[in-house]
Amino acid sequence: MHEMGIVLQIVEIANASLPADLGDARVAAINLKIGKLAAVVPESLRFCFNVAIKDTALEGAKLAIEEIPVVAKCNDCDAQWTIVEPVFICKTCQSGSLEILSGRELDIESIEVVEEEKHDSG
Amino acid sequence: MIPGDRFKIKRYFHHKDFHKPRHSQAHHPPGDVRTQKSGTREIKVVRRVLDVNAKLAEQNRQLFAEKGIFVLNVMSSPGSGKTTTLEKTLARIMPEIKSAVIVGDICTTHDADRLAKTEAPVVQINTDEFGGDCHLVAHVIEKAAVTLDLDEIEFLVVENVGNLVCPAEFDIGEDSRVVILSVTEGEDKPVKYPLMFRECEVALLNKVDLLPYLDFDKQKAIDFIHQVHPQMPVFEISAKTEEGFEPWINWLKNKIRQKA
Repeated sequence: MHEMGIVLQIVEIANASLPADLGDARVAAINLKIGKLAAVVPESLRFCFNVAIKDTALEGAKLAIEEIPVVAKCNDCDAQWTIVEPVFICKTCQSGSLEILSGRELDIESIEVVEEEKHDSG
Repeated sequence: MIPGDRFKIKRYFHHKDFHKPRHSQAHHPPGDVRTQKSGTREIKVVRRVLDVNAKLAEQNRQLFAEKGIFVLNVMSSPGSGKTTTLEKTLARIMPEIKSAVIVGDICTTHDADRLAKTEAPVVQINTDEFGGDCHLVAHVIEKAAVTLDLDEIEFLVVENVGNLVCPAEFDIGEDSRVVILSVTEGEDKPVKYPLMFRECEVALLNKVDLLPYLDFDKQKAIDFIHQVHPQMPVFEISAKTEEGFEPWINWLKNKIRQKA
């Protein structure tokens, strides 16, 4: 749906984060963290990414996506658990007041750059 | 544009690359990562992908706060009755509360034409000019808002693009979010689109006048809403007959007054 827009943001941030002295190095991967609650489909993201990076400095790079589980903490009894089904109610005390500790991420963590090996030509 | 001082770049080699034999570049001074050797290095970025939107949304929020405008983001799947609900809602509050509308669609100005009959100023955004986006983003709202006389507005309602997925992800600088679910849809929409139902403050269950003709299990739908968002207020309405409008209008007026 909106994955292309998100990919363009990723590409912009990645390009701006590349050091000026990149030289012959090539970008091997962009490491992302995506929460399970984020409205993003990793497969669509990868598809759009491959289109977006064609003929750019990022061409050939992979999107390495780490999916982050939805972890909640109950505000009433402090219980902490991973939400798998879409049920946002404390399993211990049935409270509906909870804090989402993780699962909303849509973060670009780092960029992996590979230095191509050079051999002396003499 | 991304200002360079907003994040730090830290470079290091992966352990697995550390012991690889050096080749031609061994004569370069040690400590200079660029020239040390072949291998992978990781450049730390650690930024939210939607940082830029979040920042612009915050600017919008400040602008609306300065002007004392209550901004409501209305979202739903296509065809659930957003435009009709807004037409009827504006008709009820308009003499009393100065209102304006920003309406987002991928294309056409049909919704804006309908809403303009309420005599509220209406700005239509067609996202096809912005790449056919399936949602509104903060900078588009800012562009639309500055065309309105913000000193003359107390209530700005944004009718988002019909979609239960993407709009939930994008902050536009609103004060509150409403999701409309109509009884001609499945009862399980809330659990299929949990982010939307969690991100919204209230839900409108629309088209209840059709309940006698449908197999829709209203209680099941409300239970699903509360499974995803416990205690979420649910107003059962019919935008066509205006059944159940009183509690919804009271809730809305109360919110607008709190902001003014």
